[in-house]
This record gives sequence, structure tokens and C-alpha cells, in this order.
Amino acid sequence: MTRYLPVIVTAAVFALGYAVCALQFPAFLSTRVIADLLTDNAFLGILAVGMTFVIISGGIDLSVGSVVGFTTVFLALAIGTWNIPPLLAFMLVLLVATLFGATMGALIQGFEMPPFIVTLAGMFLARGASFLLSTESIPVTAPLYGAISDFALRLPGGGRLSVVGLIMLAVFLAGGILLHLTRFGTNVYALGGNRVSTGLMGISVGRHTVAIYALSSFLAGLSGIVFSLYTSSGYSLSAVGVELDTIAAVVIGGTLLTGGYGFMAGTFLGVLMQGLIQTYINFDGTLSSWWTKIVTGVLLFAFIAFQQATLALARRSVRGTAAKGTTP
Amino acid sequence: MSLPPTMSLSPTDAVPPIDAAPLLAVRGLSKSFAGFPALAGIDVTLRHGEIHALLGENGAGKSTFIKAVTGVIARDAGTVALEGAEIAPRSAQEALQAGIATVYQEVSLLPNLSVAQNLFLGRQPMRFGLVREGEMRRRAAALLRDFDLDIDVGAPLGDYSVAVQHLVAIARAVDMSARILILDEPTASLDAHEVEILFRVMRGLAGRGLGILFVTHFLDQVYAISDRITVLRNGRLVGERETAALPRMELIRMMLGRELSEATSEHPAKDAAETAPEAGGAIRFEGFGKAGYVAPFDLALASGEVVGLAGLLGSGRTETARLLFGAEAADSGRLTIDGRSVRLASPRDAIAQGFGYCPEERKTEGIVAELTVRENIVLAVQARRGALHPLSRREQDEIARRFITMLDIRPPDPERPIGLLSGGNQQKALLARWLATQPRLLILDEPTRGIDVGAHAEIIRLIRQLCTEGLTLVVISSELEEIVSYADRVVVMRDRRQIATLEGEAVNVTAILQAIAADAAPLAA
Repeated sequence: MTRYLPVIVTAAVFALGYAVCALQFPAFLSTRVIADLLTDNAFLGILAVGMTFVIISGGIDLSVGSVVGFTTVFLALAIGTWNIPPLLAFMLVLLVATLFGATMGALIQGFEMPPFIVTLAGMFLARGASFLLSTESIPVTAPLYGAISDFALRLPGGGRLSVVGLIMLAVFLAGGILLHLTRFGTNVYALGGNRVSTGLMGISVGRHTVAIYALSSFLAGLSGIVFSLYTSSGYSLSAVGVELDTIAAVVIGGTLLTGGYGFMAGTFLGVLMQGLIQTYINFDGTLSSWWTKIVTGVLLFAFIAFQQATLALARRSVRGTAAKGTTP
Repeated sequence: MSLPPTMSLSPTDAVPPIDAAPLLAVRGLSKSFAGFPALAGIDVTLRHGEIHALLGENGAGKSTFIKAVTGVIARDAGTVALEGAEIAPRSAQEALQAGIATVYQEVSLLPNLSVAQNLFLGRQPMRFGLVREGEMRRRAAALLRDFDLDIDVGAPLGDYSVAVQHLVAIARAVDMSARILILDEPTASLDAHEVEILFRVMRGLAGRGLGILFVTHFLDQVYAISDRITVLRNGRLVGERETAALPRMELIRMMLGRELSEATSEHPAKDAAETAPEAGGAIRFEGFGKAGYVAPFDLALASGEVVGLAGLLGSGRTETARLLFGAEAADSGRLTIDGRSVRLASPRDAIAQGFGYCPEERKTEGIVAELTVRENIVLAVQARRGALHPLSRREQDEIARRFITMLDIRPPDPERPIGLLSGGNQQKALLARWLATQPRLLILDEPTRGIDVGAHAEIIRLIRQLCTEGLTLVVISSELEEIVSYADRVVVMRDRRQIATLEGEAVNVTAILQAIAADAAPLAA
């Protein structure tokens, strides 16, 4: 059961937080707030799905925020200036992002470089590239954008679940299936457990490393598309520092930064938790939005301390039952 | 069969008649690292249904052999044939596909995955692209029942004991249709009951025709389970014997006995008067020990005395050295030096008393490969003076030059990174590091391991010379002839306990071998 404990705790803390918010502002119980929570955090959620794979495999991806920024600028220019049809532009940018991630994965594997350094370089590279494209904030006026932002799934109670919110939910569902129900997912856990052992057990470590970073960057590209739809603009300074919010969401969701342990559902809760804090601050109206960062920081700290404690506890229980299973 | 004429035992007299197609036939396997031969012309034959023990001290080449056979490292020469068909795997994966599975001492499974996932990683039963978790668990449980394991296969592997993890690793290997199982020190971390379970499984598998190559350093276990034994020493094949026809004493001789090269046997007789220990001993360890590490022992060391520590791998030699140097804090006993009681809780205390220690793992515990020869040599002197009293560059150069000349370190360039020197010269630089502190006691753990014959002779010459200058030495070595050639006294260890001390006339190879083999526990059934 200790495996599920971090997720259970995150769920409990989220439920508690939601209850407190709802007591103070009854509107929190409306479907409108819930739908907005999903919409406003869609791009963060999509990034967090990719980051969950990366962190469970024992890595880290610092480039995702920059890829989002690059994607928004690229789309704004492609659609507005180069007159590429939006859907084609989407496919192009996803392809570029995927190749970018695959290259980072190949570098990490081929030169045995720490993911931290490689993706840090990737972060600067992608951010620099978006400045190279344009330093201006460019509005996107394609009809498709208008159509998409007009469309929404109407929920009882007046909530409107937007397309970007739906995309995020779909990505979480697909990510959960991929992580928990396929060989690829098991291999991601295996890599996070021990890369050498995984190789010795006949799993191609290199191919998986490339695939994991390609997936993360692909989702960062998708997140950029969502961000572009959400803001209807492209700006090279958008999503600065979002990679850290993403990592925070994944860790608050109970995934171990050292790799090997974590659940997609936990990440979902971690994203909602950050959204909840932001929404509360919006409702309150007097608090500075920087309180989001402060509360996130405190939560992050508490969760990491909590994880260490459960790990230590689990280790002790292993020692206690060391003889378990040896009796035939 | 390319064996050097210096070998005392001819391997050819024990090689069994070549059967038409043995399960595994390794012939003339050789591998060198940076010009230093780690394996030289090794032949090993593994038959169907046989449990074959591969024995040898540290550095004998057992691990290198396994890695070269399974393709983890590339071999320089030699052939590996599986039932007559030559194979050349380039990775553990390819070896596995060919039917050779290796289970390492450190279980190379994934503690964070479930038992079932570990058993079926990469070959899970699938439907519509998804893993069939229920089916996988059913198969895992059925597979483990063959191994008398009735455990929750859905629980993380890390929840179970090392013994269970080993059995799971073996089950995985066997289920992947391995025909040859290589077990590298599988029992090192198991208790007696767990060893029994493992042995039962091994016998069962051998009964099904698998060949098992079993690497261990527990001789009792070798006699309990193996059919035949191959002994390696210093990267060479010593011989292959039927276990039943090989007395324990003879086996130990095969593992430890080595003809000294001419260079080192020039001074067979020590001048007794010159090195006679002073009565009483200046450095006295009394009842020194640590529970579960080394049983309490007494050791009195006079100045100018060389004490050899002999015993098999795992007998507690290195552990004793670490206690003497304070690298491991003793929990019983006391140390007196010149009659004064002295605290010894850390290497700092030991260095303050003028102790020095050259560990066995030169690369990981001794040298700092990136630093220059000069910097490595002055390290301990500097540590002793403290960071507030830095040695001037001139003093450093002076010390480095003196020892490079005195020990003939080559190339004589104090500014060369020590990692670029040969093993023998690294060892000399390490010696220099401690000699520069003018120690009164120097502890050397396997000072001649992994260095070439010429350097070997020089190190031994140095040891002799140092003790005539009044330095007290404690030397650990697996080379019995080497110990005999310089030790005034030999302490023999077994099972982390001092079992005998040989002095004067009694210091000879036969006596040491007898002490090691004497009243060994009766063979486990």
C-alpha cells in the first residue's frame, strides 16, 4: 500500500483544500469553476504528463517551457506571416518539437550526459530560437482559433469545458494508459529503477531514452499549441519558468524525483492543486498572485519531506520482513 | 594449452576426455587491459547437467572471464562454443538469446517493479497492445511454484529478501530458455537457510540438464554442491578437477600457491638477527575487534617487524587492516603504543600516531587519478600538517623528487597525472605518499596486485628494505610465497577470526596452507 500512499495523501490534501475554498467561496462548487480550472491549467497539465514519463525514467526535462514559447511564436508567424494553414502549422511544430526532444534524448544516451545539462542547453536553445523568430507579441487571428475558442462542452450548471481542457483530459487518459498498461510504460519504470539492470534484462535503454524525451517534447509542442489557442497570440517570453511549475506539479503528485515511482493520477492531482491555489487567489482578490508560488513552494517542500519519510518507513518494513517468502 | 613453464601444476593432467559436444567449451580465452593480461589462454568445459565451480582469489580473473564469455567485454582471443557451435555474443542480451544467462551478486533486477514485471519484462503477455496483467501474474506465480516460492507476485521485488530476489532472477533466466546459468557469488549475502533453498534449486536445474557455472569463495559450498572445479589465478588457468577427487588442502594450494619469479626469490633466508622483533612490541592491539566484522584479536608489533596476514578471500584480512587503521571503528579492545593507551576511532587518529595504509582498491581508494604524481605523494604529509600549514611548492618538489628517485618511479616526472602511470608505479607513488610522512606502521593490502612481474619484485625488495630501516609493516597478500619471503610472523585468518600465528621456522607455505585448511568445518552434506 505504501506505493499508493503519496497519491492518496495528495488526493486528501486536494480534497481538504477544495473543501476550505468551497466553505469560503461557495461558487467553488459550480461546474463553471471546475471547467475553468481544467481550461486554465490545460497547457501545464499536458506538460506534466510528459514530465511524469521523464521523471519516472530517472531524468528531468528543463526545456519544456521554452518549447512552449517557441511553439507559440512559430505558430503566430506561420499562420499570420507565412500563411500556412493552422492544422499544417500544428503538425509542423509537433514534428520540430519531437525531433528536438529525440535529439536531446540521443545526446543524453550517446554521450552519457546528465539530462539536467542537456535539457538546460535545450532550454536556452529553444528560448533563443523563439527570440530569433520574433521578439514581439504577435496576435493570431485565424478563423480556426475563433472557432475553437467558441466551441465548448456545456456542463450542467453553466460550466463550459473548452477544447483545450478536453485535450488535456484526453492527454492524461492516453498518458495513463501508456504509462500503466503497456510494455513501454513498464520499461519507463524499469529505467528509473536502474538503467544498467534494465539493459542487462534485454531492454534497449538507448531507444527508450530517445523515445521518452521525444514524447516529452512532443507534448511540450502540443502544450504550446494549446497555449497559443488559449491566448490567441505568440510571444517569445511566454511560459518562462513553466518547466519548474511542471516539475513541481509532478512531484506534488507523488512521483519520486529519483525515478522509478509515480502515477499519472498523482500528476493530475498535482496540476489541479496548483490551479486550485491560483483560483483561490483570484477569488480572494486582495492577495498577490505571487502567493501561488509561495504556497506551491511550501507544498513542494512538505511533499518531498513526506516522500523521504515514507521511503524510510518502507525501507524499515522491508528489513522487518526480510525473511518473507523464503519459507517454501 | 599455452601455459607458462613456471606453473607448478600442469592443467593437462586433469582435463577430462573431450566429450563430443560439451554444453559450453571455452578455449584459449584471453583478454588484456591496457597491455596487462587479465586472462591468458583460459580453457573451461561445462557439461550438461553439471554444477561447475569457478574459483580464484580477488584479481584471479573470474569476473573478467564471465564478462568475456557473455560478451559484456570483447575478448582478445579464444573461442566459445555452445554444444559445438561457436558463438560470439556482443552483449549480455545476445548471450541470453544464445542461452547463457548470468545472475550477478548484486541482483540486477528492478526493485521498484513487481515480481511479475521483473519476470516478464520485455516479454509480457499482450492483448490489443496492452499488457495482460492478470495473465502475467498467473504465469509468474506458476513459474515461481517450480522454485518453491509462494509469494505475492504483484508486490514490488524490493519488498523481498535478497535470497528471493536471486531466485526470481534465476527463474527469469531459466524461463527465458537459458541452458547455461552463470551464478556470480550468489550466496555472498544469503544466510544458511537461504543457501539451502538456492542449492536445492540449483540441483533441480542441473537435473534438467542445465549447466551451472558457480562462482564463489566459500569452499564449504563448493564441496557441498559442485561436481567439478576450475581454479584461476592471476588470469591464468591453474587446473580443472573433479570435486570429489580434490582434497581441500590441494584446492587451497591451487588457489594460493604460486612459484615466485626468480627476481623475488633471490633472498630466501632472512637475517634473523637483523629483523628480530623486540620483546613486548611497541604497538599493541589487545582484544581489538568489531562485532560482526572481525573477531577480537591481539596483535603486538615491534619496530622493524613485518607481519603477514594470510587467508582466503573473505577471511577478514582487509577488514583487519581497516580496523588497524581506524577506517572501521573497533567496538572492543584497546591500543597501546609504547605503553601509552591511544584512541583509534578514525584514520585521522591513526595518521596522528604515524600509521599509514595502502588499500587494495588502488584506483578507488588510493590514488587520486587526476592529480599529479607530486600532488599524490604530498597528500598525506599535507593532511598531517593541516590545511593551515601548507607545504611550499619547493618543499613539495623536494619530497616528490626524493621519493621518485628512491622508489624509482617511472617516468620520473612529478607533474604527470598519476592515472597515466602503470599499476606498479602507481603503487610505488602510494607507498611514497605514506613514506613521506615517516610512519612507524605501514599497512599494505595486496601491494603486488595487478602489477607486472618486474614491479612486483621491486615492491618486495622495497618492503624488505623498509623493515631494515625500522619501519613496522603489516602486509596482506594472497601470494603465500611472497608473504613467506618477507614476513617475520604470519597471522592466518579464517571466517573473520585469527586462527593461527606462525613464527620463525614455521613461516612456510605448507604451514600456512595447513593452518587455513586445518579443522575446516566438515563438508556440508
